[in-house]
Amino acid sequence: MIASFISQYAIEIQVTIIGCIVAAACAIPGVFLVLRRQSLMSDAISHSILFGIVIALFLTHEISSPWLIIGATLTGVATVSLTELIINTRLLKEDSAIGLIFPMFFAIAVLLINRYAGDIHIDSDAVLLGSIDFAPEDRFIFNSLDYGPKAMWVMGAILLANCILLMIFYKELKLATFDAGLAAALGLLPGVIHYGLMTMVSITAVGAFDAVGSILVVALMITPPATALMLTNRLHYMILLSIGIGMMSAITGCVIAHSVGDISTAGAMTSASGFFFLLAILFAPKKGMVSKAVRAHQNRWTFACHLLTIHLLDHEGTPEESDENTFSNLVGPHMKWEPPYANKIVNLSEKEGLITRHGNHLNLTPLGRETARAIMNT
Amino acid sequence: MSSQALSNPTLAVDVTDLTVAYHDRPVLWDIDLQVPTGVLLAIVGPNGAGKTTLVRTILGLIKPAAGQVNVLGAPYAAQRHLIGYVPQRNSVDWDFPTVALDVVLMGRYGHLGWIRRPGRSDRDLAMECLEKVGMAAFADRQISQLSGGQQQRVFLARALIQDAQLYFMDEPFAGVDAATEKAIIALLQELRSRGKTVIVVHHDLQTLKEYFDWTMLLNVRRVAVGPVDEVLTPENLERTYGGRAAFLAEGP
Amino acid sequence: MNLKGIDFDYTLRMPLYGVTIIGIVAGGLGTFALLRKQSLLGDTISHAALPGVVLAFMITGTKTPINLLIGAIIAGWVGTIIIGAIIRNTRIKEDAAMGVILSVFFGFGLILLTLVQKRWPDARQAGLHQFLFGSATNMLEQDVWVMMTLGSITLLTLALFWKEFKLLTFDPDFAKTIGLPIRSLDITLMTLIVIAIAIGLQTVGVVLMSAMLVAPAAAARQWTNRLPVMLLLSSSFGAISGIAGTLTSSQVSKLPTGPTITIFLTIFVLVSLGFAKERGLAWQWLRRRRNRRKIQISTALVTLLHLEDSHPADSQHPHSLQSLQASLYGDIPATMERLITSGFAVETSLQAWRLTSAGQTEARDTLQTMEEDLDDRLVH
Repeated sequence: MIASFISQYAIEIQVTIIGCIVAAACAIPGVFLVLRRQSLMSDAISHSILFGIVIALFLTHEISSPWLIIGATLTGVATVSLTELIINTRLLKEDSAIGLIFPMFFAIAVLLINRYAGDIHIDSDAVLLGSIDFAPEDRFIFNSLDYGPKAMWVMGAILLANCILLMIFYKELKLATFDAGLAAALGLLPGVIHYGLMTMVSITAVGAFDAVGSILVVALMITPPATALMLTNRLHYMILLSIGIGMMSAITGCVIAHSVGDISTAGAMTSASGFFFLLAILFAPKKGMVSKAVRAHQNRWTFACHLLTIHLLDHEGTPEESDENTFSNLVGPHMKWEPPYANKIVNLSEKEGLITRHGNHLNLTPLGRETARAIMNT
Repeated sequence: MSSQALSNPTLAVDVTDLTVAYHDRPVLWDIDLQVPTGVLLAIVGPNGAGKTTLVRTILGLIKPAAGQVNVLGAPYAAQRHLIGYVPQRNSVDWDFPTVALDVVLMGRYGHLGWIRRPGRSDRDLAMECLEKVGMAAFADRQISQLSGGQQQRVFLARALIQDAQLYFMDEPFAGVDAATEKAIIALLQELRSRGKTVIVVHHDLQTLKEYFDWTMLLNVRRVAVGPVDEVLTPENLERTYGGRAAFLAEGP
Repeated sequence: MNLKGIDFDYTLRMPLYGVTIIGIVAGGLGTFALLRKQSLLGDTISHAALPGVVLAFMITGTKTPINLLIGAIIAGWVGTIIIGAIIRNTRIKEDAAMGVILSVFFGFGLILLTLVQKRWPDARQAGLHQFLFGSATNMLEQDVWVMMTLGSITLLTLALFWKEFKLLTFDPDFAKTIGLPIRSLDITLMTLIVIAIAIGLQTVGVVLMSAMLVAPAAAARQWTNRLPVMLLLSSSFGAISGIAGTLTSSQVSKLPTGPTITIFLTIFVLVSLGFAKERGLAWQWLRRRRNRRKIQISTALVTLLHLEDSHPADSQHPHSLQSLQASLYGDIPATMERLITSGFAVETSLQAWRLTSAGQTEARDTLQTMEEDLDDRLVH
C-alpha cells in the first residue's frame, strides 16, 4: 500500500523532499540574518545573483555548470562589499545602499538576458518564481545510475555545508550576533563573520534559485526564523525550530498545491510559512499578541494590587498618611480610580492578605509590606 | 500633597502617583513631584533610573499605567503652548538636509498650525533666538556641519522660540564644550529670572549645586525632591546611587 | 513629430509622459523615504502589491490599469499597516517584518495568479511577466491621465503638509509634544509612498520600482543640503532617467524599459556620489589633499624658522633635505617647490633650502596663528 502510494505520488514526494531540504538549508543562515537585522540582504542577494548566473552562462554556455554557483556567489559577495563601500563613504545610509546595488545588478542581468537571449537560456520569470515542480525531472545520473533529482543533491550538499559551518563556528556566530563589541575585542573579526554569513546566504540562494526562485528564498530564509523568534529566546532552539517550521511550510505547501492542483507550489509554500508566522504572532505563548493581551488583562488586577501596596508603603509613616492611605484618595483626584474598580482592587488586596481596611483607612499587612518592598527591589 | 495642590497654578509641575511600566516591568513607581514655578530643577539618578522616561511621560510621549500629571494647573494636552522641550541631542539624525535657522523655525509650527508657512516675522524671531544662544552667525549652516555644542544650542533656540513658561531639557550638557556649557547655564538663569521654570535631566553631580536650585533624586522611585542643599545628603545619594556617589556630595 | 530620427508617435509619447510622471512622483516621495531610512519600503510594497493586482483582475474581470492600480494600492497599503502592527506589538524588527510581508504577500499573489490562469486560460502569463518586469509600451492616454491625477494629488498632499512631514521625519518626539498627530501623519505619508509605487509598477516592474524610489533621492542628497532643492532635484533625476531610459529602449532593440531606466538611475547616483560638490568623493579627496598640502607648507615654514633661529649667527645657512626629514613628512622637495613659488624660500644648492625674508615673516605669522588657535581651544 505504501509502495503504491509512493509510486503514484513519486513526483510530488520528490518535490516535497526537495522543498524540505531547501527550507532547512535556508533556515540556517536565515536565523542569523534575522537576528542581525539584515533580513533584507536575502532579498538583495537573491535578486543580484542573477547577474552572476548570467555572466557565468555567457562564459560557459552550460546551464548545469558549477561556474554558475561560483559566479552567483561572487556576485553575492560583491553585493555586500559594494554596499559596505557605499555605507563607509557616509554619504548614504544602509537601507539606501542596499536598495541601490541589487536593482543595478538585476537590471544589468535582465538587459543581458534580453539582448543575448539567443546565447543564454534563462527564463527570467522562472528566476523569480522557480520551477520546483519540474525539479524532479532534472536527474543526477552517474554511471548510468539514477540517483534522484539533481536539485536534491545540490541542495543537500549545501545543507550539509551549512550545518558543518554552523557547528564549527557556532560560538563565534553567537557571540558576534549578540555582542559584537565583545566579539571584536576578542579578536573575532566581525568582518569575517559578516562576509562568511553573506557567502553562505549567496550559495544557499543560488542552489535554491533553481528550485524555488528568489522570492521563496526570501520567504524561507526570513519567515520561519521570525516565527521561531516568537517562540524562544535560545539560539539553538531558534535554529532547530526554524528548520522544523521551514520544513513544515514546505510540506504543507506542497500538499495543498497538489491537492488543489495547478497552483504555484512555491506560492503555496510561501503562504504556508506566512500562515505559521501569523499563528505565532498571535498565539505564541508569552510573546504572542493574544497571549500578551490576555496576560495584560490578568496582570491588570495583580498590578493594581501591587500598585496599591507600594502607594500605601510610600506614604506610611509620613504626615500625609491619614490623607493618602485612604479609600477616598484612591477614587479622588490623585489616583483617579473609578469607585467600582477601586472597590475591586481593595477587596482583592484584602483577600490576598495584603491590606486591611478600617472604614476609609487602608493599612498594609506585613505581607503587603513585604510584597511592596520585593517589587521595589527588582 | 493635599488636593488643593492639584489645581494650584503656582505649581509648574504636579505629578502624583505616577507609574510607568514597560513590558510588565516598572520603570517608574508611584512618583510624586511638585515643582513650584520659577525654579531650575535637575533630575538626577543612575542610568536606567527613569529620568528621561519621567520627562517623556509628563510630555505625553509615554502613557502611564497609573497616576496623574498636571502642568501649570491643567493636564498636559491643554497646556502644550506653554511648554518648551529640548530632547536629547542624539535622539535625531543630524545628517538631515536643513540649516540651523530652519530647525529653530520648527519650534513655531505649533503656533502656525496647519498649512501656514513661516513668514518674515517668524524668521526674525528665529534669528533672535539664535542670537540668544550665540548662533546667529550659523543660521545658514547645514546642521550636520555643526559641532555637538552648536547643535545643542540650536535645539535650545528651538525651545526658546516656543516662548514657553515651562521648559523640559534632556541632558543638555552632555558632550558639549566648556564655552557652550557656560552659555547654556547663563541662558537657564536668564529664563529663571524672568519667572520661567526649567526642568533638566542632568548627569553630572559635580555641577548640581552650582547650576541648579532644586533637584530630584530618582531611581525608579522618588528618593527626594527639594532645594539642592537640603536634598543632597549622603543618605539620599546612597539611596539613589547605591553607595557609589555618596562621597560626591562633599566637595570643595 | 520627428526629432533626430526618433518617431514620437503615440506609442512613444504616452510612455514618455507616463515615466515622466512616475519619475517626478517617485523622486518626490523617495526624498522622504530616504530621510526616514525607509528606502527598502519601496521593494516591500512593490512585491506586496501582487495579490492586490491579481485580486482586482479576478473581481473585475478586466485588466484595466485603473483597477489593477487600485488593487495594488490597497494591497500595498494593507501590507505596510501590517508591518507597522508587527513592529509595534511584537519583538519582530522592521527588517524581518518587511521580509515576511514582502515574500508572503508575493507568494500568496502567485497562488492567486495560478488560480487565475486555471480559470481563465486566456489570461496569459504575460500578465505576470509584465508585472514583474514592467512594460511601458502598452500605455494608453487614459493611463497617463490616471497617473497624472493620482500623481498630482500625491504631490499636492506633500506640499500641503510639507512642514509637518519635515518635522515628523527630523524629530518625531518634538513633533508630538507640539501637538502634531504623529500616527495619522505617518500613515498619510506611507499612503503617498504606496501610491507612488503603485503608479509605476506596471511600467517599471516590481524589482526595479524600488530603485525608482531610492536612486533619484540618493543622488539628489549629494548635491544639496536644503530639503526643497533635494526634492526638486530628486524629481528631476527621476524624470530624466525615465525619459532617457524610455527613449533608449525604444530606439535600441531588445532593451526592456525598466532595466534601462534603472541603468540611467544608477549612473546618476554613481556620478553624484563621486563628483557632487562638497559631498562627492572626488571633492573630498581634493579637499583632503589641499589641506594636507597646507599643513605641510605651514610645518615647513615653521621648521625652517626654528632651524634658522637655532643658529642666529648664521641664519643664511641653508638646510639640507636630510635635516628637514626629521620634522617633515610627505614629498619634501615638492613642498619646498611650493614655498619657492610663493617666494618664501630659495634653493641655494641641490636639495638645500633657506627662507627668504618674506618667508621668515610668513613663518612667524604662521607660528603666531598656531599659538593663538591653541590658546582658544584650551579651556582656562
